[in-house]
Amino acid sequence: MFDEFLLRALLAGVGLTVAAGPLGSFVVWRRMAYFGDATSHAAILGVALAFAFHLPLYLGILAVALSVALTVASLSGRGHQADTLLGVMAHSALALGLVAVSFLPSVRVDLSAYLFGDILTVGWGDVIWVWVGSALVLGLLLWRWDGLVTATVNEELAQASGVDPGRERLALTLALGLTVALSIKIVGALLIAAMLIIPPAAARAFAATPERMALLATLGGAVAVVAGLGASLRFDTPAGPSVVVAAFGLFLLSALRRSRP
Amino acid sequence: MLIAAQNLSVRHGELPVLSDVTLAVSKGEIVTIVGPNGSGKSTLIRALIGLAPASAGSIERKAGLRIGYVPQRLRVEAGLPLTVRRFLSLPRRVSDIDAEQALARTGAAGLGPRQLLALSGGQFQRVLLARALLSRPDILILDEPTQGLDQPGIAAFYRLLEDLRRETGVAVLLVSHDLNVVMRASDRVICLNGHVCCEGAPEAVSAAPAYRALFGFDQDGVLALYRHHHDHDHDHDHDHGEDGHGHHHHHAHDHDNGRGDRTETRGAEQADV
Repeated sequence: MFDEFLLRALLAGVGLTVAAGPLGSFVVWRRMAYFGDATSHAAILGVALAFAFHLPLYLGILAVALSVALTVASLSGRGHQADTLLGVMAHSALALGLVAVSFLPSVRVDLSAYLFGDILTVGWGDVIWVWVGSALVLGLLLWRWDGLVTATVNEELAQASGVDPGRERLALTLALGLTVALSIKIVGALLIAAMLIIPPAAARAFAATPERMALLATLGGAVAVVAGLGASLRFDTPAGPSVVVAAFGLFLLSALRRSRP
Repeated sequence: MLIAAQNLSVRHGELPVLSDVTLAVSKGEIVTIVGPNGSGKSTLIRALIGLAPASAGSIERKAGLRIGYVPQRLRVEAGLPLTVRRFLSLPRRVSDIDAEQALARTGAAGLGPRQLLALSGGQFQRVLLARALLSRPDILILDEPTQGLDQPGIAAFYRLLEDLRRETGVAVLLVSHDLNVVMRASDRVICLNGHVCCEGAPEAVSAAPAYRALFGFDQDGVLALYRHHHDHDHDHDHDHGEDGHGHHHHHAHDHDNGRGDRTETRGAEQADV
């Protein structure tokens, strides 16, 4: 019963949560949820570009996700209406990507695989890519951890302590772009932001420090991957959404705990 | 000299917030910046720290200057779990002994395990000051540190600052609009309203016409309408000072950091130059 494809799916999913737990915690703390949406929706455009120019898939996604993330980050710092701007970018990037894919001649792209992920079809190459990428993201976050948390609490405070908030923002933006590129095959462009936000949101009720919340978010995310994959096999439901539904279940449980202090 | 601004100007977009501000703080000094709401006090602090870019002029800091900064307000995101103890170790880890000592020094002993979000306003101020002290600063920069404290609390806070200065030689630059206590506790007062209106020892400043006009003292030296002192602009004071100040009521609650009423500031600036 425990087939190799399942092992690969589990490894890829758990590998993703290693990065998504801590990074998602920052997304929650800094209210960057919409920012995550904009970046991940742009991944579809990256898929289209990769096919059009015969580039490696992950390279196309990474390039577009990073450029959208950097563009949005620089625009929102300049007095643009951040919420609206992010909304415009998030949905336009998705629509542009879908239109661009439709222009591709001859290539028949299974879009749903990129929109919702297809974790059960990941190969060993994907698994390695996810773990290497996750390790990079986690390494980046750990390296800058105290500065990142300080800048998240208050940018003025960080600046006065010799931490450059702009540099920390850039680190997070890069980490986000990379994580989006990692997770496209696992949960898909539409649900990446869910894997970033739901596990930390569930972990919040059980954590007294930022570090604990990030750790619990990773553990919760891993539980959601296992439970979601299990449910997907048993009930023949789509894998990526099942993982997200499992994470949502954890969030509901934590909400119960929070309402009964 | 620890930190200085030379002919500093700062703009928010098109609007000039500070123009041609020159000031310096030396070792061991307590300097207070007073000014009405919207006079650019917080912007000046932000510029000194390096957060607001200068449109003209320059900021000089002594090489290796350690700043202990206490922001005007710090809104901690509800999604961020953070104990006082962890907060004290941001961004540099400090030992438990140092942390407990700093908390005790500012009257916040035992708060270490508490969540920042669960603190009262006064406790939060003490914790912020404790964190600022832990960096062993050359200068403490405090933006409205006594907001939300009652009169005895304010007096105690200034005594604490004086004690710290005596013990460690730290300089203190603070922004305030509590006129009475501030004046007595400072070595030097800088009266700001987009530019430096007047500057000097507390007694000299409180007698200066520019200061008295800015804060609305009448001829007898009585504060004409103390609780509205944020709202006065020079035009109204000079042109029809007798007809009361009630027409400014709509500004009275606007204790913000100077974004709300810039036009007023500019009006005052023109009147004063």
